[in-house]
Amino acid sequence: MEYTQKVIHHYTNPRNVGKIEDASGVGEVGNPVCGDIMKMYIKVENNIIVDVKFKTFGCGAAIATSSISTEMIKGKTIEEALELKNTDVVNELGGLPPVKIHCSVLAEEAIHEAIADYYRKEGKMTEEEIIKKCKLKEKKECEACGH
Amino acid sequence: MNTVYLDNSATTKVDDEVLKVMLPYFSQNYGNASSIYSIGRENRKAIEDAREKVAKILNCNSNEVYFTAGGSESDNTAIKGIAYANKNKGNHIITSKIEHPAVLETCKKLEKDGFEVSYISVDENGILNLEELKDSIRPTTILISVMFANNEIGTIQPIKEIGEIAKEKGIYFHTDAVQAVGNIKIDVEKLNIDSLSLSAHKFYGPKGIGALYVRKNVPFVKFIDGGHQERNKRAGTENVAGIVGLGKAIELAYKDLDEHNEKIKKLRDYYVEQVEKRIPYIKVNGDRNKRLPGNSNISFRFIEGESLLLNLDLKGICASSGSACTSGSLDPSHVLLAIGLPHEIAHGSLRVSIGKYNTKEEIDYVVDSLVEIVERLRNMSPLWEEFIENGGNN
Ligand SMILES: Cc1ncc(COP(=O)(O)O)c(C=O)c1O
Repeated sequence: MEYTQKVIHHYTNPRNVGKIEDASGVGEVGNPVCGDIMKMYIKVENNIIVDVKFKTFGCGAAIATSSISTEMIKGKTIEEALELKNTDVVNELGGLPPVKIHCSVLAEEAIHEAIADYYRKEGKMTEEEIIKKCKLKEKKECEACGH
Repeated sequence: MNTVYLDNSATTKVDDEVLKVMLPYFSQNYGNASSIYSIGRENRKAIEDAREKVAKILNCNSNEVYFTAGGSESDNTAIKGIAYANKNKGNHIITSKIEHPAVLETCKKLEKDGFEVSYISVDENGILNLEELKDSIRPTTILISVMFANNEIGTIQPIKEIGEIAKEKGIYFHTDAVQAVGNIKIDVEKLNIDSLSLSAHKFYGPKGIGALYVRKNVPFVKFIDGGHQERNKRAGTENVAGIVGLGKAIELAYKDLDEHNEKIKKLRDYYVEQVEKRIPYIKVNGDRNKRLPGNSNISFRFIEGESLLLNLDLKGICASSGSACTSGSLDPSHVLLAIGLPHEIAHGSLRVSIGKYNTKEEIDYVVDSLVEIVERLRNMSPLWEEFIENGGNN
């Protein structure tokens, strides 16, 4: 298993680890059976993500993708954050081993779930609108391991 | 940074004495052992001396020992070889759920070729269910293959009892003793073992060389076809240096076995005791008593094994884990699942396997490092957060 220097850098010194007590939105994806859970907290002010923190249970790649994606969306508008693709996360890390790509997918999904949670709390959009805007996936079996 | 090597179940460092006796076979003693000139004949003798050494340790005849390219080849040869040679008698094989892939994958391959295989379960400590084994015996059962000791959780199986059952029913009994040889006294006569696999790199010998014992009169089909080496049972120009190294390594391992075992068991017990004392919410996997002296396997709840290993690596510590990310598949270790661990606890397992070169100072360093790393990873873990928010009891 080869990790890039950047991945190593992020799992050794992960940025934005923690919890936001008065978060505007919280998203949690993955499950303990697969061995990966990501929980993302965001603080939104004037449509801008002013703070973001995460907690992750998982391998080195899961920690690194969580860490770098928090950096990538901090200070961005919600729309910009929703544009972030898992491939952008992978590129920013200088690549990931093929079996670890699903970690970057989890990071993207965690951001989308956190934003959806924010919209739900805000109460201005219908669930249908939220699902569409945040491109939420149906909760189903984990694509990577089938659990 | 110094390397602290605690993965001796994966492989061991070649003992200096072993290396010393091997070296001449790469330089001046390069002859082919099948040749009739003197540098060939001398190598023949070196091979036969090594064979004698193995036979003496196992209490068998030297013509019942075949050299192979390691544990995997020995397992393949024994299981496929005995299965195909006896298929007129039956097509049923019994093994356990916690075998090494060298056995499990071999059995799966045989299933595709008309054989039927029963995979016997183990209890929560990893000990084979003997009643289930007995009940699974059929008139068509030709082979039982159960490992002597497990590579992940170190559990030692009731080999004597299995040997008795096999003998009584007239079924051949093979054991994968790759983890046991060098740690346990093994007498194939007393234990009614018909076939046994061993591998030199697990007991301070070189990699890529192993041996297979097959009792006289137990028919088995040759696995590597070609020349007539190894009494026409394993083709290929002999790996003389490897064979000589294996012979020396097995001799050394059994010369001071009790001393060696006492030393590494003491370190292992100290490690487990310290971890239990200093880190909460852990689970010691495998039988506490019936286990290899240097093996420990501990699950650290709420964290994942690969991130634990990566952090240990940054501190120069080498160990292994049964998490999915390290097993190379998407599920955690089949052994940990077989002893009934939930996935999330299996993901957080750490195998520390102690060897003869380890010291107490190294163990102290590892435990100190673990205390720090586990705390850091738990503080990063949503499972831990949830656990604490729920009052820390479940
Ligand atoms: C129990 C067991 N069987 C078989 C093997 C395979 O041995 P080798 O690596 O020599 O092929 C190993 C070692 O990885 C093992 O631990």
